[in-house]
Amino acid sequence: MSVPQGPPRLQMRGITKLYPGVVANDHIDLDVRAGEIHALLGENGAGKTTLMNVLYGLARPDEGEILLDGEPVLIADPADAIARGISMVHQHFMLVPVLTVAENIILGAETMGNPIFIDRREASRRIAELGRRFGFDIDPDARVETLSVGWQQRVEILKALYREARILVLDEPTAVLTPQETVEIFAVFRRLAAEGRSIVFISHKLYEVLEIADRITVIRRGRVVGSRLPSETNEDDLAELMVGREVQLTVDRGLSHPAEPVLAVKNLRVRSDRGQEVVRGVSFSLQGGEILGVAGVGGNGQDELVEAITGLRRVASGSVTLDGHEITGWPVRSRREHGLGYIPGDRQKYGLVLGFSVADNLILTQYYNRPFARGIQRNDAAIAEWSRGTIDQFDIRTPSEGVPAGTLSGGNQQKVIVAREFSRDLRALVLDQPTRGLDVGSIEFIHKQVIRKRDGGTGILLVSAEVDEVLELSDRIAVMYRGEIVAVVDGPTASKEAIGLLMATGGRTEAIAGPRAGAPGAPLGQPPGKPGDESPGPGVPS
Amino acid sequence: MISRLRGYASLAVVPALSIFLALVVASFLIILSGLTGPEGSLDLTLPFVAYASLIKGAFGSVTGMANMIVAATPLILTGLSVGVGLKAGLFNIGATGQLLLGGFTAGLIGALMAGAPPLPAVLAAVVGGILAGALAGFIPGFLKAFTGAHEVVTTIMLNALIQLMISGLVNDIFRAPGFSFARTSPVGNAELGGIGGTPLHFGVLIAFACVPFSYWLLWRTTLGFEIRAVGANPTAARYSGMSPRRMIILTMSLCGAFAGLAGTVEILRLGYYPAVFGTSIGFDGITVALLGRGNPFGILLAALLLGAMRAGAPLMQIQAGIPVEIIDVIQGVILLFLAAEIVVRRLFHLRAARTGAGELQTITRSYSERVTG
Repeated sequence: MSVPQGPPRLQMRGITKLYPGVVANDHIDLDVRAGEIHALLGENGAGKTTLMNVLYGLARPDEGEILLDGEPVLIADPADAIARGISMVHQHFMLVPVLTVAENIILGAETMGNPIFIDRREASRRIAELGRRFGFDIDPDARVETLSVGWQQRVEILKALYREARILVLDEPTAVLTPQETVEIFAVFRRLAAEGRSIVFISHKLYEVLEIADRITVIRRGRVVGSRLPSETNEDDLAELMVGREVQLTVDRGLSHPAEPVLAVKNLRVRSDRGQEVVRGVSFSLQGGEILGVAGVGGNGQDELVEAITGLRRVASGSVTLDGHEITGWPVRSRREHGLGYIPGDRQKYGLVLGFSVADNLILTQYYNRPFARGIQRNDAAIAEWSRGTIDQFDIRTPSEGVPAGTLSGGNQQKVIVAREFSRDLRALVLDQPTRGLDVGSIEFIHKQVIRKRDGGTGILLVSAEVDEVLELSDRIAVMYRGEIVAVVDGPTASKEAIGLLMATGGRTEAIAGPRAGAPGAPLGQPPGKPGDESPGPGVPS
Repeated sequence: MISRLRGYASLAVVPALSIFLALVVASFLIILSGLTGPEGSLDLTLPFVAYASLIKGAFGSVTGMANMIVAATPLILTGLSVGVGLKAGLFNIGATGQLLLGGFTAGLIGALMAGAPPLPAVLAAVVGGILAGALAGFIPGFLKAFTGAHEVVTTIMLNALIQLMISGLVNDIFRAPGFSFARTSPVGNAELGGIGGTPLHFGVLIAFACVPFSYWLLWRTTLGFEIRAVGANPTAARYSGMSPRRMIILTMSLCGAFAGLAGTVEILRLGYYPAVFGTSIGFDGITVALLGRGNPFGILLAALLLGAMRAGAPLMQIQAGIPVEIIDVIQGVILLFLAAEIVVRRLFHLRAARTGAGELQTITRSYSERVTG
């Protein structure tokens, strides 16, 4: 793709932003041209968000200036930014679920034909027209809660377009999308760019950045460390720029050595909070020493499946067996004591007590055991000593074991949870989106730990909406669709497209490529195509 | 050590400023009250006169200080009742009901054992009062754990229920003959008399001992760790293998026990249970707990402060002619400022609180979140 020529639409010159003790932005220069897709790449905490907050009027820079079409401007607040044609699509959508698409879009920018009443018809018409122009037919009167995540994102983009945005900032727009949805949204981005709009694309997924961007600016520790054209760089180069050292992007996972089954789920049915059956007859068997990936678009019953296995949710019927014990009705603690580990998807809600110290979070599941407790009393000396050792071993960056966990960065918070779960002997480990929102360095570290745990003989169930992660780590991959496991494929040979398609359609179209096991909902103790109860485990297809 | 002290200091800033602001607001009322009456006049120094006599009343004499401690005693206990609950994410509005049931039970047991030797009589009444209070706490705890009924609603309703039930019983079944008003029989030997010619009694000792005990329980034991974990993040607690249900029931019972003990101490000091045992001690516990930031030692200080106001108020009324009710106004305004912490921070340009939910956030959050699964 060629770089569009022309005067820079946006110039940020020498932007410096200081926070107490940190230089968040250190003389950052950024040029974005009309019709350009400009990727902003950097680890968490590198300063991408601060820079965009400066642009969006949420933070005042200590130094530097912003020029729009060559004119210096002062952006006072987000309303000012929007008036100047700058819009931001956040990672977490800012939509009102019970309102319609049109209502969400006009919220705050109501078409004022009449000072009291909203002209819904006119708004709907304009929105439908806008959608058509960019290649998606959207029903302006559909309620947002009925839309998939991919379509909700389009609503967010439409919202920006409705406000006549010339510069669109997209904060990790693909984090929540399936591979197919990503392809579709990229097509939308290209159309927007072709119309002359500028896009600032924030991401840490290297291959995506290479695919979509016209130019890539890499930020590390508040400074621009490099600018690249996709044609003259590659993933390794970008990763090294980003992290500042050579990074191993793919884990050297080696062969798995599956042993006896450690976790088996049979005909499991689980209801959601609303009483709907969202896990509908799931069966599988996980061997020690293997990683079984569960891929699926969010909301297809994975959360409830995980909660049922870990004891957070009651099952409607079926059974869960851990290391030979039937644990279906067991409380969380007994499961843990019998060797079940769990890294939750929402680390701040489930994994940590943010107001507690790092040390208290490290012992959150074992506080009642020796040496952390003597009788009913806590043993603070032992807790501190063990915590210091664990912080060291797992490379948790924290000033001390006594600071609140909430003050740590996302990656280090996750390391606290990983350290807590990985530092004990486990038979089976459930990982729910273990690297969501983490930077390359932390992902590398956590993936290495996972492989080490596997090689130590622990069976690992990896649930993730990130196909890449599932593909990278799993020895076998089960695809979950509408509460059922619709396919189990061999991990090392699976293709991303095939998995993506299964995730999106449940394999109910003709266009499925790649291996597939049995009919939807078929028990999957065995590799594809092999009948029988005795599971020889995964392994390379013969 | 220094950072620890600084931590405590930053915790105390908002309570201290709230007290100051409440005194400022109350001085306007004091000036206004000086305007009324036959000899009313505008006297801008009146607040100073009033506050000076208030301080003198509480600290000016040994009796004043003893009165302050006696007034603070039940407040320490109801403060702990609310404060310990806050640590578990529970807002115990039911201290009043728990206190009434505890006091009533202690009064009955005391009356039954009026002739027994003092030590067993007092002990039996105290144990009974604690258990009754715990029962009154257990009920909303159980309802919350198993049905999700919010403790604020259930404890308020239980307050009314307990009060009316006891009032009915005292007026009827347990009414002692020979008195001009409805009350229970005297507790006789179970009465808590002053020690060594002062109004200080055995209950003072118990209440003061409850402060380090609560601190030890919350911060030094595994049970306290569970209580605090459930309060700070119930979902994470459940994920970790703790049982929020058990903790909620247990903590509410413990809260009830503290309030029950407060009622016990008051009734055994009085010597009988009167039909109209109208008391604000239960609700004052909320002010004490918030002023003390949920910390047992903070609660002790807050209770002493409120106790001092109670002890000093009569002298204020005599010397400055200010009605004692101004104390209730000051308390109420303190509570308002504590609840509206953000207003106080704005007024004095203070930075926002550190990470971690404050006591009040814990409460408001618990309205929107399902605690148990």
